[in-house]
Amino acid sequence: MLTSGRYFLSGNVITAEAALLAGCRFYGGYPITPSSELMEHMSARIENEGGVFIQTEDEISAIAAVIGAAMTETPIVIVDVMRGGPSTGQVTVVSQGDVLQARFGSHGDYETIVLAPNSVQELFDLTIKAFNLSVMFRNPVILLSDAELAHMVEKVDVPEKIDIVGYNDYKIEGVPEFVPVGIGAKLAITGLTHNEKGYPVTTDVQVHRNLVTRIVNKIINNEPMISDVEIINPDAETIIVSYGISSRAAYPVLKKHKDVGLFRPRTLWPFPESKFKDIAKGKRIINVEMNLRGYGLEVERVGRKYGAKSFEFIKLIGGEVPRPSHIEEVL
Amino acid sequence: MEFFEFYRKDRWPHQFCPGCGLGTIMNAIYKAFNDLKMDINKTVFVSGIGCTGRVPGYINADSVHTTHGRALAYATGIKLARPDLNVIVISGDGDLFAIGGNHIIHAARRNIDIKVIAVNNATYGLTGGQLAPTTPYNMVTTTSPYGNREYPFALADLVAASGANYVARWTTAHPNQLVNSLKQAFTTRGFSFVEVISQCPVNFGRRNKMGDPVFHLRWIKEHSLPISKVSFDVKTPYDILDLNTKGIYIIGELVRRNRPVYGEILREEENATSIE
Repeated sequence: MLTSGRYFLSGNVITAEAALLAGCRFYGGYPITPSSELMEHMSARIENEGGVFIQTEDEISAIAAVIGAAMTETPIVIVDVMRGGPSTGQVTVVSQGDVLQARFGSHGDYETIVLAPNSVQELFDLTIKAFNLSVMFRNPVILLSDAELAHMVEKVDVPEKIDIVGYNDYKIEGVPEFVPVGIGAKLAITGLTHNEKGYPVTTDVQVHRNLVTRIVNKIINNEPMISDVEIINPDAETIIVSYGISSRAAYPVLKKHKDVGLFRPRTLWPFPESKFKDIAKGKRIINVEMNLRGYGLEVERVGRKYGAKSFEFIKLIGGEVPRPSHIEEVL
Repeated sequence: MEFFEFYRKDRWPHQFCPGCGLGTIMNAIYKAFNDLKMDINKTVFVSGIGCTGRVPGYINADSVHTTHGRALAYATGIKLARPDLNVIVISGDGDLFAIGGNHIIHAARRNIDIKVIAVNNATYGLTGGQLAPTTPYNMVTTTSPYGNREYPFALADLVAASGANYVARWTTAHPNQLVNSLKQAFTTRGFSFVEVISQCPVNFGRRNKMGDPVFHLRWIKEHSLPISKVSFDVKTPYDILDLNTKGIYIIGELVRRNRPVYGEILREEENATSIE
């Protein structure tokens, strides 16, 4: 395990190491660029920590094995290392094209917690946070890394004390107590709509409503507790909204232009509405990201709700990472 | 253990159609489990989607009714995370061999310590009787109204070729042999697989002049040939593999062997190193 101190490591490697520190002891995966080093590192390391590694026959099998190891209403962490899509797309090139898929990719009503680090240091910090949130809320948490961060090598400070949340440490409304298999609890687990005993009840309006509103509300009602943002110059007239690797273009701009501020969600979903509402009123919003229709849709929707003045969108695709000059052209 | 200690009485009656083979199979599973005095609190039953996929939900144990085709993928995670538990997968032919086909050959290749009961009724029963990869040649289903023009998989043979330690095929017309075979499967280390040819009079038999469960069972019995009686005058072993060449199900134990088991290999390697 990494001890406290300063390291010089790549994003993929630090994500794996942080996961081990957070208590991750089961890894399932299937090789894919640009995430493969994460898997390679895990294959070498996790068994030394008493964990289990499996390279499965496909990605579906990998996620199913991870869910099987964790059981349902599932405390699992998924690392999505974004590359250029759609389809096989740009294999080795960065994008932020999965930002809506991470939230809306499945069918039916549900909520996901999605975290967006913008440095190798934050890959470490947010990997730990991802495991803690997944256990607190018994919900999948997606860590949205990308091809740049994954392969970037930067310094990382590993602190002396790392807080790890254990099962049932927190009592949160809508989050049932965690019960493992194999203790005689006779858990009935099913993907069908089920009642509180776990038995399938698929045609009762109220049973479905109770179940689905509970799993949705346990996340959205706790948005102020979950959401984590970086805010610089909140009183500035112009606010840059950006996340992940894109947001790094904003810092040099902020140094030069004192009348510009930054709103950077570390938690993309649930949308950090409680933090954005005080900032948006009367502001000129410049949204910077690497896709054509992504997080900006939600930024505009929530911004209008709280009286933002105007919206401009910098949309870069093809692997071009935003530079300060891209933002200054709009300013 | 009484029958209704093994099954959840508060979920009775079950949802299966009159004449369904799953009644026989559920009895066989109970009998094998009970005869072996296995610990129900240390056993997880896993299934995918389909009629057979509903069986674990009736068992009074930890049961996991997963997504379509993925029972073995979830089961692999459970077994690796909790090697102390018995993991038994009960699912149908469409779930395990069509949408989930890739998972089963790889689970068998790894020879992971999971027990699989594959109920083969030659159709997608729960969705109303569509063509399955196990439907015999020329048989009528709702999506092959002029007769099946494809050839079926021989499930047990496929798993045997993939590397499982125990493979057998029985039918609902052979309940006693099925119970004994399940006991053997439950007690064999590594990947164990029992295929059970089962009748679906309502959604399969009905369209093939076997709407009466008795006719359907009789058809299964007449088309079964014990492996001991297979004449080996065929040119290659593959000639007897499937229904389309000889029109028969070869029943009996196909494989019983002792290949290294996934997860135990690592520990053996550690021991070998320490001897050096």
